[in-house]
Amino acid sequence: MAHIPDGVLSAPVLITGAIASAGLLTLALRRLDYDHLPAAAALSAAFFVSSLISVPVGPSSVHLLLNGLMGLLLGWTALPALFVALVLQAVFFGYGGFAVLGVNTLNMALPALLCALALRPVLRRERQRSAARPVFRIGAAAGAAGVLLTALMLALSLGLSGQAFIPAAQVLVVTYVPLALVEALITGTVLSFLQRVEPGLLPGAE
Amino acid sequence: MAESANGGPTLTAALFPTDGAAAADWLAARDPRLRLLAAGLFALMTLSLTQVWTTLTAGLIALALAAAAGLSPRMLGGRLLALEGFMLILLLTLPFTVPGEPLLTLGSLTASRDGAAQALLILLKANGVVITLLALAGSLEPVVFGHALARLGLPAKLVHLLLFTVRQIHLLHQEYQRMDQAMRVRAFRPRSDRHTWNSYGWLIGMLLVRSLARARRIMGAMRCRGFHGRLYLLDTPTWNRGDTWAAAALGLTVTALTAADRLC
Repeated sequence: MAHIPDGVLSAPVLITGAIASAGLLTLALRRLDYDHLPAAAALSAAFFVSSLISVPVGPSSVHLLLNGLMGLLLGWTALPALFVALVLQAVFFGYGGFAVLGVNTLNMALPALLCALALRPVLRRERQRSAARPVFRIGAAAGAAGVLLTALMLALSLGLSGQAFIPAAQVLVVTYVPLALVEALITGTVLSFLQRVEPGLLPGAE
Repeated sequence: MAESANGGPTLTAALFPTDGAAAADWLAARDPRLRLLAAGLFALMTLSLTQVWTTLTAGLIALALAAAAGLSPRMLGGRLLALEGFMLILLLTLPFTVPGEPLLTLGSLTASRDGAAQALLILLKANGVVITLLALAGSLEPVVFGHALARLGLPAKLVHLLLFTVRQIHLLHQEYQRMDQAMRVRAFRPRSDRHTWNSYGWLIGMLLVRSLARARRIMGAMRCRGFHGRLYLLDTPTWNRGDTWAAAALGLTVTALTAADRLC
């Protein structure tokens, strides 16, 4: 439920979101060259497919956001990758909407970018010491941070659109807590798996 | 439509909608650029409406377009259902948080008529926009959709990323289904426990590894064919007289609905 539908948010929030994500997208595209396009596309397709898995949590089940992991592995490229995924989901699956595309992109991509900026250097440093435990912890931190920051930004976009949405925003944030826990465990596992099987995917291998 | 193991429609069937009825001739013949522009304009108009009856009319027009695009009611219903989880939370809280004339009292909570009206309007708009997008843009072939976006001014690099991604999603989803099947054959059953979450972590990790191997092969194949750091879009958009008429009809509908919304 990271996709806000159309018709909910106010015009100023929608316009701010659209301008901010267009600006960040331009910056990110400038950093991506055609040589890396197939790799970026293959990885973002893998994330897209992974987010379709329904993971049981308690009596219910959740879909992973994976934006923390995307930030860690893709860096700035996570932005266009997330945008493409959201466009495809909006147009072919009916998740989200048209005018909210900017806000939805920002809500997913900004946490990914923060994870990239904060945790990629840490991961690079730890990998030189080649310890398994810290790699899991960095992954777990990225997984939890990605989900929780997205939940906060979602609540913020609702709260800024009107006082009347604040209770709904609070309910939404609470529903994200179990997802954050599971996503932390899974992201940690993914990262220590990659460290053992394909370290070339992790930052610091270039 | 093919169903996946957990009951939802499979991605492959969803991204490459070859099943279901064919689109009506007059809609299928339209320039894809016009369809995207129409989807955007109609969505923005729907969002700008302020009255229930005009929003409902816009939604009904969108439904008629969906029928013309050959979307089956069952598939459309399934897609809209994904939206309603979010909507439910809003619909249940809004009547109680918007002040106004009381409609219903539950203990100390009062649901207002204004809040209920606002919730209804949001529900109609959200569904109307999704139906519009699915009918006009979502019924295009993903490749045609990507090309039309590029012709409308989206950066070529982004469009190439989208086209590559669409193709890879299709392939990696097959990869995922193979691995999922292999896990089930070995008696894996998803439960709410650490073992399941670890297994899914390894599954996602393996998907990433396979996707990177795929990307390396693609890059090799591209280099073999003389790739030198630039890709081209090979399509020739054609605008015909029918498109001009359709654009005029769209303009008229949007103007009429907006005027009716403000004046009546």
